[in-house]
Amino acid sequence: MTEHFKMDAPATDRRLDDMAQGLVGAPLDRPEGPLKVSGTATYADEWQVDGLAHGVLVRAPGNSGRVVLANRNAVARMDGVLAVIDDDRLLRNPAQGTANEAPIQGPHHAAYMGQLIAVVVAESFEQARHAAQSLEVTLEGGTLMPVDPTTAAVEPQESKNLDQGDLDAAMETAAHSVDAIYTTPSHSSTPMEPHASIATWEGDDLTLRGSYQMLKYNRNELADALGIHPDRVRILSPYVGGGFGSKLGLAPEAVAASIAAKQVGRPVSVALQRPQVFEATMRRSETSQRVRLAADAEGRLTGLGHDALVSNLPGETFAEPILQASHFLYAGANRRMSMDLARVHRLCAGSVRAPGEAVGVTALENAMDELAHEIGIDPVELRRRNIPEKDPESGKDYSSRRFREALDSGAEAFGWADRPGVKERREGEWLIGYGMASAARVNVLMESQARVTLLPDGRARVETDMTDIGTGTYAILGQIAGEMLGLPRDAVDVVLGDTALPPASGSGGSWGASSSGTSVYVACQAIRRQLAERLGGEEADLTLKDGSATFDNQTRPLAEILDGDEIVKLAHLQPGDTSDAVRQATFGAYFAEVAVHAASGETRVRRMHGSFAAGRILNAKTARSQCLGGMTFGIGMALTEELAFDPRDGHVANHNLAEYHIAVNADVPQLTVELLEERDDWANPMQAKGIGELGICGAAAAITNAIFNATGVRVRDYPATLDKVIAGM
Amino acid sequence: METQLTINGTQHKLDLDPRTTLLDALRHHLGLTGSKKGCDHGQCGACTVMVNGRRINSCLTLACMHDGDEVTTIEGIGQPDNLSPLQQAFVSEDGFQCGYCTPGQICSATAMLEEIANGWPSHVTGELDASAELTTEEISERMSGNLCRCSAYPNIVEAIRKAAGGGA
Repeated sequence: MTEHFKMDAPATDRRLDDMAQGLVGAPLDRPEGPLKVSGTATYADEWQVDGLAHGVLVRAPGNSGRVVLANRNAVARMDGVLAVIDDDRLLRNPAQGTANEAPIQGPHHAAYMGQLIAVVVAESFEQARHAAQSLEVTLEGGTLMPVDPTTAAVEPQESKNLDQGDLDAAMETAAHSVDAIYTTPSHSSTPMEPHASIATWEGDDLTLRGSYQMLKYNRNELADALGIHPDRVRILSPYVGGGFGSKLGLAPEAVAASIAAKQVGRPVSVALQRPQVFEATMRRSETSQRVRLAADAEGRLTGLGHDALVSNLPGETFAEPILQASHFLYAGANRRMSMDLARVHRLCAGSVRAPGEAVGVTALENAMDELAHEIGIDPVELRRRNIPEKDPESGKDYSSRRFREALDSGAEAFGWADRPGVKERREGEWLIGYGMASAARVNVLMESQARVTLLPDGRARVETDMTDIGTGTYAILGQIAGEMLGLPRDAVDVVLGDTALPPASGSGGSWGASSSGTSVYVACQAIRRQLAERLGGEEADLTLKDGSATFDNQTRPLAEILDGDEIVKLAHLQPGDTSDAVRQATFGAYFAEVAVHAASGETRVRRMHGSFAAGRILNAKTARSQCLGGMTFGIGMALTEELAFDPRDGHVANHNLAEYHIAVNADVPQLTVELLEERDDWANPMQAKGIGELGICGAAAAITNAIFNATGVRVRDYPATLDKVIAGM
Repeated sequence: METQLTINGTQHKLDLDPRTTLLDALRHHLGLTGSKKGCDHGQCGACTVMVNGRRINSCLTLACMHDGDEVTTIEGIGQPDNLSPLQQAFVSEDGFQCGYCTPGQICSATAMLEEIANGWPSHVTGELDASAELTTEEISERMSGNLCRCSAYPNIVEAIRKAAGGGA
């Protein structure tokens, strides 16, 4: 029988605090760690499958016109080649996260340069690669389509617009104001593991060993793309080499491998080459953002405006949700916000780590820094003065919000009081500056299922199709089950990443830990009730610890109570009324020290600190690592990351890791992270909120604000490369 | 093309397409998938192995160029129940998240510590003829050929420092 749980009321009982095992929150090592550090964790393209053939994808050389494979017959006759495939079902671009159906399909017309329009299959990888490179692709009848979002046709996103009070009047009468435009370029998730799939058919049943973040959706997307029933599809993703949004939705290689395997009658592996990851997965949209702030003489906001222009391919509804946190982070009675979506023939825009806030909060936090400077008050104090009592648009209460504490505690930990004045501190050839920014990200709970089995020997097994993309799912689900069932961590096995298991929320939107974790929690609660029943008492009076149950002053091993039986509980979590009853979000603050070279404009991040409040922390070690990752994305965004598009045809000019500069080890100082103690009863019964993205939501602004403090130069056009900094010095 | 490789102490005689990279020889022909393919053109470091004791990007070299060479991969450094001190330190310091760059990081770090022990200077070493200290700056500089998109860098530095026995 399934245990249903709907999050309709705040979970004020805080049951996890009553548990005795002491696992939840503890900084435990990842249980799969020994496999990962020894190279024995099996990623998508590493399964040993008999008779495996290899497919290599081929790209469109332009952004419009009919695709012609001029020499396909000659290529088909090359050594080892098994097939040249341009099946109608190949994907134009990946599915958006949670799409649950196939994206636009069809390889016969190019929509963007780099679109994957054919797959060449051969006995060996070397043969397939050579044949794919030999395929001559031409485009007939095409003209160059618009690729520049600043001149392309624009669709206003009216449902996202807000006009409250009178922002124009507020700006006119403001004692202090800021009206500035910030631009951010496109970013690529570019996870270290390229997207890869091995497809194997047994009759009409397909097994796809892939690298995906949200398996229950991916299964439906793949089935829809192929035109088969989802019951025929099984996806395995026990280890995922990073995603950051790019593996949320089904990607082109999965469909190509599936079609190819069916056609050649053998398992086929298709992996994207690194340039294809840059050209044909998802980009974060570039943005142009106008931020207006109006304040009184004391720095209290009277108005806040945020207008954004983003872009996507024709036919795609996703529009980078820039304004998400602007709606609730700060006070200001007069508010106006708008979103425009430009239609361009660049690769598809979709989710890249923290869609919306990663770039939206960054621009807002730059504007706040400008306002603080204009007024002449401490940037931390400006934020403190503008923490609204209630949501400034809906009037709703916030759930938990330790924003002020994060600002104060972060400032203290960093040594913010020592902040120099603008252009005041110099060490030799280096100009030294401090900067800060707030962090904010919406919190979401999603439907999720898990099965927990308490085995006769007193061990437990957790099963769900949830994924661990480096986030720590294996660790935390074991900790939650161990805590609730009173078992040491190593007495709990966690099985993930298989659509044959109960469907979970998937990893994305920072909701994975709290959603999948809650389903495990609910299943364990049901097991506890059944144990209590066996002992003739109430669950509330049961203490479980170290594999034994204590009830009514008697302690007995679980194995003895179970007496050869096992207890199996399937739990089904659904979000409920608490999602809309209050404003739920996570908050924090970043502090950075930079050194900017006086002659070259080169910026080095010397120190960076983040203080974050995200409800109950489930594992202090893996949660901290998530924050390190987010902050490092912020360093990349601030200083180096930019997809460069050719202005003529929109192709990605820097489609590799030598030219698209993610932060390397030497770019990242020994970051420090503080996780504030918090419980959010409105979020879920564990009082935990998402933390996978909070670390990037404004981080880049702390660095560019520090550049201003060091040099007096405002770089409003990201990234703050040397040329832009030196131009202002 | 016949090629003889000694991999993790075991001799292998292979007959490979001459276009086969050392990385693909390991992954496709020997089932040694611990060495990862992150970019396949020498930009990310995920495929790092040691050839005759020195770290290289195995995607940037053809297997047939290594006839008679000794190759050490992550599988030869330690196994799940017999981890090297460096592997153990990566686990305890959380020097990885998704784990995909990790074997390359560990192979790279293993060789890097040897390079420091042998007195090789780096870009950030003050004096070319002085021995390098195991500072954060030295570790970060010498590990910058191994990208980690999850950004475990601070923990990777701590893991290396811990495994190397403290250091400055």
